[in-house]
Amino acid sequence: MSSIKVENLCCTYGAKTPFERHAVKDVSFEIQKGDFVGLIGHTGSGKSTLVSMLNGLIKPSSGKVYVDSVDIWQKPKEIRKFRFKVGLVFQYPEYQLFEETVEKDIAFGPSNMGLSEEEINKRVLNAAKFVGLTDEMLKKSPFDLSGGEKRRAAIAGVIAMDPDVLILDEPTAGLDPVGRNVLLSQISQYQKARNNTVILVSHSMEDVARVCNKVMVMNKGEMFMFDKTQEIFARADELNSIGLRVPQITRVTDRLREMGLDLPKGILTVDKAVLEITELLKKEGRL
Amino acid sequence: MRDIAFGQYYPAKSVLHRLDPRVKILSLTAFLVLVFCTSNFYSLALVATTVLAIVLMSSVPLRLYFKSLKMILFIVLITSLLNLFYGTGDPIYQFWIFKVTLSGIYNAIFVTVRIICLILVSSALTFTTSPTDLTDALERLMKPLTIFKIKVHEIAMMMTIALRFVPLLLEETDKIMSAQKARGADMESGNLIARVKALIPVLIPLFVSAFRRAYELAVAMECRCYQGGQGRTRMKQLRLGARDYVSMGVILLVICGVVLCNVLLPSVR
Repeated sequence: MSSIKVENLCCTYGAKTPFERHAVKDVSFEIQKGDFVGLIGHTGSGKSTLVSMLNGLIKPSSGKVYVDSVDIWQKPKEIRKFRFKVGLVFQYPEYQLFEETVEKDIAFGPSNMGLSEEEINKRVLNAAKFVGLTDEMLKKSPFDLSGGEKRRAAIAGVIAMDPDVLILDEPTAGLDPVGRNVLLSQISQYQKARNNTVILVSHSMEDVARVCNKVMVMNKGEMFMFDKTQEIFARADELNSIGLRVPQITRVTDRLREMGLDLPKGILTVDKAVLEITELLKKEGRL
Repeated sequence: MRDIAFGQYYPAKSVLHRLDPRVKILSLTAFLVLVFCTSNFYSLALVATTVLAIVLMSSVPLRLYFKSLKMILFIVLITSLLNLFYGTGDPIYQFWIFKVTLSGIYNAIFVTVRIICLILVSSALTFTTSPTDLTDALERLMKPLTIFKIKVHEIAMMMTIALRFVPLLLEETDKIMSAQKARGADMESGNLIARVKALIPVLIPLFVSAFRRAYELAVAMECRCYQGGQGRTRMKQLRLGARDYVSMGVILLVICGVVLCNVLLPSVR
């Protein structure tokens, strides 16, 4: 069953002024329930605009967005309903924190849904657990947390709404390598545990290759490709042509194969590469 | 949020855009006074024609001018109506307590044309001059005030920063609002108290980030050894060119024209 379907979506900023810009041009796709989609593309390729249209924050200039087969702009008054269904975490979400305690801030989303106190509490604790915030942190002021912790608290604020689709706009931007790794595996675990649809907007091919099963590539407001992760990163030349690259380890193994080693195509992670290479060496009796 | 037309710079390449901003500011001031110095229809017509010429010369779409006029439409309507009914002399038309007189009609026309001229000519200035040019010119024009120990450079710098931060803070507000809306914040419905309450999740992060930005800016300025206006040189020097002298001449001619019209021609009103 498709959880999000988009038809001929367009978005134009500043129409009829010298600042006119087509942020998104005629994009159509369908995302199935349980998919973990990576959305990649250059800065200004329309990724952020596209995801803001998926939960109805931006009204498309033309085209339709369907969530669970329902056109979200059918009743504009009820657009809020879809914001709970499609949870969107913005870039640098720590700038949205405002409550006295982390706990209250995470509860902002669920309490806007009009849930009971009990249910809100349950969801806050669950969400905090998913992003690895301790009980002690929940009692603190959000402004006393470290950068990485603030980020996780803000993400928990969206997860607590228990959305069917979770969209994260560059959740790892500005974090150190350890922070990136931890956050990424937490998101991956969350996706597996709930079998939710997750869309990850990212600049890091390594991150996308690690966690996503499908990849969408945007270029200058248009959809350039949308396929399984392996298929996308096997098309290195096309990606290069629009100035994107494949993960480093894929480049290395591709080169090794060109040099005559019998490695399979589309190796996306270091772990997998290590596995394949030791296998190969064993077969040749060198290990 | 971003549709605030009044006073937004519109980049183009007209004569007005290339004019020295000091000349533009002085001419605007002259015009603002001039508009109120018109005492008969001839001088009013002269000023209005000049304003129209300026508007047409700016190569800014007329749509934008209409947009800024739309904002004051209400004020124009009210004042002209008031003037219409408060004239003196013999009534031409009368019903209930209202009476319309010839002088009332004249007054209404005068007020309407004056306000429209004011808005058009000041919009022409802000449409054709970038904020940095504007504050630069103001700093130069205010320079004589340093005799009175007024810190002209500091004032101009504050204005530049304030102007620079307006779009930035608007963008930030937009972002924070989107983020809170994504968490289901409802800002469009409810009564007054509910709406004010709904602003808290926007205002707190906005204040926090404004302070953060101010702090970062201060550090960045200090890192570049900024220490006020003393001995500071500029990359863009303001110099008067032929086009500036011509336009000053034109403005002077219009001023003389208005004075002559006022003195020599009969006042119709």
